[in-house]
Amino acid sequence: MTQAIHPPTSISSDRETPAKTRSPLLQVRDLCKSFGQVQACDRVSFDLYPGQVLGIVGESGSGKSTLLNSLAGKLALDSGTITYRSVSGDVMELTGISEPRLRRLMRTEWGFVQQNPRDGLRMNVSAGANIGERLMDVGGRHYGSIRATAADWLSKVEIDGDRIDHLPHTFSGGMQQRLQLARILVTEPRVILMDEPTGGLDVSVQARLLDLLRSLVRNLNLSVILVTHDIGVVRLLAHQLLVMRYGKVVESGLTDQVLDDPQHPYTQQLVSATLTP
Amino acid sequence: MPTPTPYPTSPPTTTEVETGFNFAYLDEQTKRSLRRSLLKAVAIPGHQIPFSSREMPMSYGWGTGGIQVTASVIGPDDTLKVIDQGADDTTNAVNIRRFFSKVCGVATTEQTTEATVLQTRHRIPETPLQEGQILVYQVPIPEPLRWLEPSEVETRKMHALEDYGCMHVQLYEDIARYGHISTAYDYPVMVHDRYLMRPSPIPRFDNPKMDRNPALQLFGAGREKRLYAIPPYTKVRSLDFEDYPFEVESWEQSCQLCGAEDSFLDEIILNDRGDRLWVCSDTDYCQTRQAQGFTGDSAPVPVELS
Repeated sequence: MTQAIHPPTSISSDRETPAKTRSPLLQVRDLCKSFGQVQACDRVSFDLYPGQVLGIVGESGSGKSTLLNSLAGKLALDSGTITYRSVSGDVMELTGISEPRLRRLMRTEWGFVQQNPRDGLRMNVSAGANIGERLMDVGGRHYGSIRATAADWLSKVEIDGDRIDHLPHTFSGGMQQRLQLARILVTEPRVILMDEPTGGLDVSVQARLLDLLRSLVRNLNLSVILVTHDIGVVRLLAHQLLVMRYGKVVESGLTDQVLDDPQHPYTQQLVSATLTP
Repeated sequence: MPTPTPYPTSPPTTTEVETGFNFAYLDEQTKRSLRRSLLKAVAIPGHQIPFSSREMPMSYGWGTGGIQVTASVIGPDDTLKVIDQGADDTTNAVNIRRFFSKVCGVATTEQTTEATVLQTRHRIPETPLQEGQILVYQVPIPEPLRWLEPSEVETRKMHALEDYGCMHVQLYEDIARYGHISTAYDYPVMVHDRYLMRPSPIPRFDNPKMDRNPALQLFGAGREKRLYAIPPYTKVRSLDFEDYPFEVESWEQSCQLCGAEDSFLDEIILNDRGDRLWVCSDTDYCQTRQAQGFTGDSAPVPVELS
């Protein structure tokens, strides 16, 4: 299901329109993945444009995480194509790319934000080392500059610079999640995959993280694929929305359009089930 | 080979060769399979090769890997030296030496220059090694990436892809905590600009000795069932940062027995009043120098018996 890109109709001012005129950064076509009898992703297709936030919602088991892990190269696809246009302008087919190139891509131009920061961070080394790791992965060998960059990114994600040498387990849940963001953003990736980034955080911490995410996305012109079951999060962050059920995309379109005027019965159910305070 | 300056050593205890064992304890098939793995290891410097580690008549952690390597390369004409923490007279060294003279009947020595096969734990001799000598290391944990990656599948992949950036995280952490790289032993090295290698728990003082060493260096890990090797004259580089270059330890003292200023020193506490003695950790080097007439700034303090 290739979605048509409509010009935004009535979008609040902070929701800037991504450059639609440019060609997509990422094109996914007919992505299929099954686990035995279970069809986790069934012919999923979408485009991701530079600066766009794509929300993927759906209930647990609808194939959201499988889709994200397939995109990140963690799972082998059954069929389908993932086409990515890199910084240098090369158009590459990620399903056929060699492992070293894929690893390098995941550390430079892509990033994966885990739901649980403990999975994304190295818990036994300091915050500075966590942020510096990706720099060292891509060949950074100057301690002074690695440390300066780490300190800079700590301040960008609103963590006190004094905590650069503290271990991540001394950080609160929200801080750990922000540290994970800094660790990924340090190599200035273009595509960020997020799996429930606000899961397990209390509401006020969530609000702060969402605020930070929104400003980072805007300032760094990030393209984000955001998987969540929280309608409130996508309403705040996402430009485009995919609704998934039983591995299929049942509805897609502009976030406001989909949420305010849901067409598919499942989406209607999902939207009406959302708690509004 | 230059004639070493003799020094008085305790006369070698004549050990009867035990009958009923194959030469060098292991059976010929095992030795052959080990040599095949060793050839592979030499062909790919620094790369870990699995081997069929056997039960040895001593527990893991006492050098079973090194002993199996030694057993597979030693011949009747070889002269064996065994070093433990630089010394020839510690329990581990004495036992392994006696083991080999029992099961092979080979000559043993304490002099680095006399030996053709040297098995070591924790040190590389101060006396430069020669072409034709073989240095066998006992290795507890062969995998340098183990501390940050528990999965063997993943570490093998990282080696295959030369994906070693994260190793610097450890060094970063040292500098952030202590202001300098404090990893004092088992300091990670790159071999032949390709494979990351753990040099076994030798002090980082010894790391530069591995670089372009004329001797063949073999590493054996018995429990982990891995072998690796550094062929003669291979480039071995210790990891570091541009602004924190690799440095070896240095001491303000010199050896108080032989006056050496270029050797790795051990601090020996003599009594409960704070008196201490700094001596070379390499006993052969120290005694050779003493025999040549070198003396330290203080004669050995006699052990007080109260």
